[in-house]
Amino acid sequence: MTDQPENPLRDALAEAIASNDVILFMKGTPEQPMCGFSARTCAALTATKTEFSSVDVLADPRIRQELSSLSNWPTIPQLFVRGELVGGADIVGQMYESGELATVLGAPSSATAEPLPEAAKPGEAAPIQIENRLG
Amino acid sequence: MPSAAEVKERIETGIPGAQADVESDDNVHFTARVVAGDFTGLSLIEQHRLVYSIFDEGELGGTIHALALTTETP
Repeated sequence: MTDQPENPLRDALAEAIASNDVILFMKGTPEQPMCGFSARTCAALTATKTEFSSVDVLADPRIRQELSSLSNWPTIPQLFVRGELVGGADIVGQMYESGELATVLGAPSSATAEPLPEAAKPGEAAPIQIENRLG
Repeated sequence: MPSAAEVKERIETGIPGAQADVESDDNVHFTARVVAGDFTGLSLIEQHRLVYSIFDEGELGGTIHALALTTETP
C-alpha cells in the first residue's frame, strides 16, 4: 500500500481516462463550449466523426488542478486517447490538419487489460460528470 | 502582465538556441511559434511540455491566460 493521502477526485479522473477510449477535458460542453480552445478541439473531433466522452472542468475548480497534476499538462482542453494524453488544442488542431488525428483515433483498441485504480469509497464519489457524445 | 517581447525572451532564454515569434494583442492571450534544435527527437507533447516548463506553476492559465503554441525543429 502507499502512504499517499487518499485522493478520490484524482482516482476518479484516472478511472475516467482509463475507461473511456476517447475523452476530452474541456471548458463547457460540446454543445456549449466556454472557451475558444475547447471549441476548436471539439470541432476537430467532430470532424473526424469520433465518438468521445467529455468532462466539463468548470464544474469544479479542483478538477482542473488535479488533472494538470495527473497529466503534467498545464492547460485545458486535454484530449486522452486510450489512456494517453494526445495534447491540447494546438496539437489536436495540428494533428487534425496533418491527418494524424484520424489515425490516432482510428487505431484499434489495445487488447491489454488496464489496471483499474482502486474504487473510491461510497460517499466519496468525486464530482466529475462524464458526458458521452457521438461526434 | 507580460508583454509579447517578455514572453519571447523567456522562451529563448529557457531553451538555449530557440527562436520564438510571439504575438499578443492584449498581453493575456499569446500566440507563439518556437523553432528549436532541442525539439529534435521529441514528440509534439514533449516539445510543448518543454516550452510550458519554462513558465511558473499556475502562470499558464493565470497571468498568461492562453498560449497558442506551434513548435518546429530547425
